[in-house]
Amino acid sequence: MSATTAESQDRWAEATQLQLTWWRFRRHRLAVVSLVVVVLFYLVAAFADFLAINDPHATDARRSFIPPQAIHLFDEDGFNPHVYGLRGVRNMQTFQLTYTPDPNRKLPVRLFTRGYTYNLLGLFETDIHLLGVVGGQRTDGIFLLGTDQLGRDLLSRIIVATRVSLSIGLAGVTLSLLLGVILGGISGLYGGWVDTFIQRVIEVLRSIPTIPLWMGLAAALPNTWSTTQVYFAITVIISLIGWTDLARVVRGRFLSLREEDFVVAAELAGATQGRVIFRHMLPSFASHIIAAVSLALPAMIVSETALSFLGLGLRPPAISWGILLQDAQNIQVLANAPWLLSAAVPVIVVILAFNFLGDGLRDAADPYG
Amino acid sequence: MNVLEVDDLKKHYPIHAGMLRREVGRVRAVDGVSFSIAAGETLALVGESGCGKTTVSRCILRALSPTSGAIRFDAGDGTVDLARLSKRAMRPLRRHLQMIFQDPYSSLNPRMMVGDIIAEPLKVNGVPAAERSARVLELLDLVQMPAVARTRFPHAFSGGQRQRIGIARALALNPRLVVADEPVSALDVSVQAQIINLLLDLQDRLKLSMLFVAHDLSVVRHVSDRVAVMYVGRIVEIAPTDALYRNPRHPYTETLLAAVPAPDPLRRGRQMKATGEVADPARPPPGCAFHPRCPYAQDRCRTERPELTEVAPGRWTSCHRAREIELAGVA
Amino acid sequence: MAERTSLAVRDLAVHFAMEQGTVRALEGVSFDLHAGRTLGIVGESGCGKSVTARSILRILDRPGKIVGGSILLDPGTAEETDLIAIDPDSSRMRGIRGGRIGLIFQEPMTALSVHYTVGNQIIEAVRQPADLSKAAARDRAIELLREVGIPRPELRVDAYPFQLSGGLRQRVGIAMALAGNPDIVIADEPTTALDVTTQAQVLDLLRRLQQEKNIALMLITHDMGVIAEMCDEVAVMYLGRVVEYAPVLELFTAPRHPYTRALLRAVPSILATPRQRLATIGGAVPHPGARPQGCAFHPRCTDFMPGRCDAAAPPPLTAGCTGASCFLEVPA
Repeated sequence: MSATTAESQDRWAEATQLQLTWWRFRRHRLAVVSLVVVVLFYLVAAFADFLAINDPHATDARRSFIPPQAIHLFDEDGFNPHVYGLRGVRNMQTFQLTYTPDPNRKLPVRLFTRGYTYNLLGLFETDIHLLGVVGGQRTDGIFLLGTDQLGRDLLSRIIVATRVSLSIGLAGVTLSLLLGVILGGISGLYGGWVDTFIQRVIEVLRSIPTIPLWMGLAAALPNTWSTTQVYFAITVIISLIGWTDLARVVRGRFLSLREEDFVVAAELAGATQGRVIFRHMLPSFASHIIAAVSLALPAMIVSETALSFLGLGLRPPAISWGILLQDAQNIQVLANAPWLLSAAVPVIVVILAFNFLGDGLRDAADPYG
Repeated sequence: MNVLEVDDLKKHYPIHAGMLRREVGRVRAVDGVSFSIAAGETLALVGESGCGKTTVSRCILRALSPTSGAIRFDAGDGTVDLARLSKRAMRPLRRHLQMIFQDPYSSLNPRMMVGDIIAEPLKVNGVPAAERSARVLELLDLVQMPAVARTRFPHAFSGGQRQRIGIARALALNPRLVVADEPVSALDVSVQAQIINLLLDLQDRLKLSMLFVAHDLSVVRHVSDRVAVMYVGRIVEIAPTDALYRNPRHPYTETLLAAVPAPDPLRRGRQMKATGEVADPARPPPGCAFHPRCPYAQDRCRTERPELTEVAPGRWTSCHRAREIELAGVA
Repeated sequence: MAERTSLAVRDLAVHFAMEQGTVRALEGVSFDLHAGRTLGIVGESGCGKSVTARSILRILDRPGKIVGGSILLDPGTAEETDLIAIDPDSSRMRGIRGGRIGLIFQEPMTALSVHYTVGNQIIEAVRQPADLSKAAARDRAIELLREVGIPRPELRVDAYPFQLSGGLRQRVGIAMALAGNPDIVIADEPTTALDVTTQAQVLDLLRRLQQEKNIALMLITHDMGVIAEMCDEVAVMYLGRVVEYAPVLELFTAPRHPYTRALLRAVPSILATPRQRLATIGGAVPHPGARPQGCAFHPRCTDFMPGRCDAAAPPPLTAGCTGASCFLEVPA
């Protein structure tokens, strides 16, 4: 270390492991950017309805397959954001509906307009949205990413889907975490036949091919279950395999920590086993757990997306990225309306962000590991 | 008055092999060790790898359970056999037995402040908070560390300083016996000297009873009152320090002393008469374990295992020929 | 008594580019290695002794970089080569490594691969500089094992390192270092990880081999006893510089540099009286990145002269000249 001031030396000497980890983390620019991205995504999830423009559930056959629209910022009067009203014309020979913007109908686009009603953060009802169209007919709106077959605005659906896709990941990871820490801890702490038993269970679970397992379990879910029930069932299903990774990490750390001199010192001082575990051992691998969790989350998100994409996970009218991508399965549809694939973009971005974040956390927590 | 009396201590590890994991042999890590430590005395336990000295220290502290034998400890209000106690029964006695570890980098919890590390034995044994902080300050002063160290974390300190913290922690409860497991072998020469001096000061001031486990015979000469030499799980010689170094009574001790290079170029070239490698504790030679390497071995040594006997007042050795042979020591 | 100078290190400087700044690991180190003689390099952690060994063999890892000086193989002859000028990855340097300069590591377990038998590894070391058939190489390997005192070498040649004791493994390490018939051997703390009786045997072996093959031996250690036992000349290093150089007897009986004097007083001795306290050196070795101004030792020096010792660094030692790099040696 180059000669540092006495003050910064003091700060470093008194820094907890957490602070040191944070300082190391801050130096990885990519990881910090990824952290910002992840936080933004979760903010979008929290304020999804506010950010959405059109009611994600409202169908209208007259708005089917509208291609993405642009917002025009300027016109003869200066800064006046607006969209053009659309006129649908059906080609009588191909029966294809094409939309052409009607320059005579200009619909102003403004901030904080009234739109469909929703519940903000579960606290109160409102109908204010960030962006919206003032006036206009029911078929009008801002379709920045176009609409799907049933006339629903894709961008709004993607935004609202964020909530479901990201929260299912969190729920799944929490469940995995609980199972993983408890079972991994017991395994590592007690050893012996308990350890052997748990490890064999883990191996059996991991040897089952995931997709067929999920298919089987998902198929077993009764049709009559409500969306919420299905949601939780899917969470449990994807955590079923996920906890094994965490359990192994936790077990490994416990095994190595048991032999550490400072743990032995605590035992020799007369500490009870509980104190040794919670005061001395647990803090030592908290950072590993956090890193493992942040790498497990993207796996959960992809799992849900994949399941729903295959039709095995959440079902409409629930909205998740996987469900949105289901619409893009048909090649004919895709050829006519390629904008339906844009639901894949947030999936890719958030997975990458979580991975970089997790890598950064892992490097910061254990630079020598 | 003896603080500790170890009587025929044994620690065997079974070797399992085969599909059914049957026991095919035993590693006799400690095979019948007996010694005592008087109050205020420092006994050094020396030996090379595999001799069992670390295992003995771990058995005494009950970090391991002995296979057989007695560990009679004077806890102040009577003698108790530590070997017979359950882990639970051991806990209230732990305050009387503390350990100084070898590796200063792994013996302190990196996530605890130094003050908390030193206070941990006090906290766990029910010492109230105000008394704890006073005692922590007292201990830091005792090991010549600044008071500001309390709010700092181990990563801010060098190896020597960490070792001082470890010593402070070991002394927190005024233990009746301190087991020091190679406390200076991981340190630089100049730092080692500081810690050796500190230990000598503490021995004087606190009248510590200490079991000093080490492999470095030079350090041991400075620090201990009596020395016990171990080879392959058994003690081969016990004697007061000066007597042992000047006039060893066991060929292995003579070998060890001859092997240590002294920092004096005029003494180079003294030959070590023993040959071969340290024996394997899983397959010790029959009879006297040292006989394959011993330049004085006779037929009896190959078949009959010698017992530790007192050949002179305070001088114990386990060699059949102890009274016949002249062995060379260092000055 | 003109011994051939096998290796001449002149003003070697090595820097490490770390995040917090440049660490000057070596600053102008000069010494000679002579055939048939042992040079001891002694110092505590951070003094740069291992960096010196790795630099000579050009196996210094990034972020370390040689930034100055020269390492001359066969100095003063027609074949004089500056090792710094050669590409460390070239076949020429690889030929020198093993063929002219051998290295004995501290940890025999890390120097030997766990996946191959001992014989395999020696055979590889033997075949690399020379062109031998497999059978001839195996014979040579067995012979090498015999030379280093391994009993029943024809059986041991097929053993894996984990099947051997620490002492035997280190002997194998020595055999590997000698496989290419080097005339210079660098031993980096070769006995630190060994038991004391094994250490005595390994040191005896080294001494015998050196005499038989007239090898120039550079012995790196922190143990003053080993220095006294093995070395002809000694260079004491502190924070990247040679602070004193002397023949071994002179170093122990009449040390010149305050650090050497303090170090000798701080070493525990098997000849001590019981409870003898050691004279300690105040403070601790500073981090190489936080080097004190002027003479690096001055904050801990009992003979510190304000105004001189903290103003400029004392003049470095010329190779082969007995003396100390200290202002006490320099007339005011």
